[in-house]
Amino acid sequence: MLALHRVSKTYPNGVEALARFSAEIHQGEIVAIIGGSGCGKSTLLRAIAGLDRASSGTVTLDDEAIASPHAKIGIIFQEPRLLPWLSVADNIGFGLADLPAAERREKVARALERVRLTEKAQAWPRELSGGQAQRVAIARALVPQPEVLLLDEPFSALDAFTRRDLQDHLLDLWADTRPTLMLVTHDVDEAVVLADRVLVMRPRPGRLFDRIEINLGRPRDRNSPLFENFKRSVLTSLDRSLDRSVPDRDATQGPGQAMWW
Amino acid sequence: MISDAPVLQQSSEPAETAAAPSRIVRYARPVLGVLLPLTLALGWELVVWVGWSNGRLVPPPSRVFANITELARSGELVRHITATLWRVALGFAFGVVAGTLLGAISGYWSLARRLLDPTVQALRAIPSLAWVPLFILWLGIFETSKIALIAVGVFFPVYLGVMGAILAVDRKIVEVGRTFRLSGPAMIRRILLPAVLPAYVVSLRVGLGLGWMFVVAAELIGASEGLGYLLLDGQQLGKPAQILAAIVIFAILGKLTDWLIEVAAAPFLRWQDAFGRAKGA
Repeated sequence: MLALHRVSKTYPNGVEALARFSAEIHQGEIVAIIGGSGCGKSTLLRAIAGLDRASSGTVTLDDEAIASPHAKIGIIFQEPRLLPWLSVADNIGFGLADLPAAERREKVARALERVRLTEKAQAWPRELSGGQAQRVAIARALVPQPEVLLLDEPFSALDAFTRRDLQDHLLDLWADTRPTLMLVTHDVDEAVVLADRVLVMRPRPGRLFDRIEINLGRPRDRNSPLFENFKRSVLTSLDRSLDRSVPDRDATQGPGQAMWW
Repeated sequence: MISDAPVLQQSSEPAETAAAPSRIVRYARPVLGVLLPLTLALGWELVVWVGWSNGRLVPPPSRVFANITELARSGELVRHITATLWRVALGFAFGVVAGTLLGAISGYWSLARRLLDPTVQALRAIPSLAWVPLFILWLGIFETSKIALIAVGVFFPVYLGVMGAILAVDRKIVEVGRTFRLSGPAMIRRILLPAVLPAYVVSLRVGLGLGWMFVVAAELIGASEGLGYLLLDGQQLGKPAQILAAIVIFAILGKLTDWLIEVAAAPFLRWQDAFGRAKGA
């Protein structure tokens, strides 16, 4: 279980990016974090990844405190961040340097097949389209089999069609080993398609505003009325999060009470 | 949602490099480079041949060429070229090793940079020829002092190139290394060095150029063989053809070794997605 306890981050220039964020995320759960710009979404993700240190509060994974990057936690960024001097296959195998070559090759080959890029194995990253490059990034993060995979607006730079395709693809890959997914997004559609639970944050300082359980079976039909309902409730919550007259909601209530308004 | 309408998928194949140039164009390109020196040489030859100049101080290419063949026939040329090449090679090797190591260290560890870099920069500000008397006192008049001087010349551009390039590596790429928990040496080997390779090749070429510059300085000071010695000998005995012969050979050797670096590095830089590549260099 990934536990965030009163995680706060104040930057040296005094900006309070994140204030007392607490949440518990169960193994295999998919959580989307959504919120207006500057609400500390990325700050939170970077603290969980161990890339930045929280000013106060703790991040623990299975009772182990996270202060630096951890083998069980993978991250996918907004940009693919492939290493341009490595072939696609070598990029995917980047995190497997400790394994014997044969085993690494086998895992990379399987991952290439799973992201449908086998024929691009020896291509350079510059020869890939945006969607292909992000698929390689997903494969690179998943191939060491992390327990937690963090995604920082992973599809926001892609066109709508490719984005949908990759969302479905991500769920497909997730089903293989069922890691915990924690996804930062500003796309309501994406949050409702992917997440079991949506955490809405509000800015200045960045903090938890609301949580919404998405009680929808999978695969989800983007056109069903129920789907629309959930989207509407997330949108409403987002609107309210930006309305400064609305007080913070006590974020300790259980599931099923999300639509309290 | 606005984004519901399916949009044309972005093309999965970015444009390949432009169609291969025709054979004529491919062979014509290197020819283009020798056009200017060839025209100048032929022009001067003609001027002397017609008699507009006696060519005593600036001998025509034919006389320079005759001098080179004469030196080659007596075996002198090989001896001088070997001596010079050997000095440059050793000095270059030492300078590159030291420059790369120290450059990588002070590029990576900020503490090392604060300790080391001001001193190195101060030393760099010293005109390198100022070391010559000291090196001769310390290391003697023979090979060691010459190689040390060349190494000093090579060291600074390599050091500066490596350090500057490491400092300029994209933070986002370094973060990828951090998320995979690379240790310091692994980070240098697997992320930083490959990332700086294009800049590194440039600094090697600059370093080599300085190496050639300093070998002349070293050989002008006190040598009994080498191309620099040929220069000095030509001056003292009033043989401009020999001076020009040595200069031509310097040009050829310098260009050749520079080209060797370029060719040797090319396979490692095929991944680059750069302006220069698309134009077929």
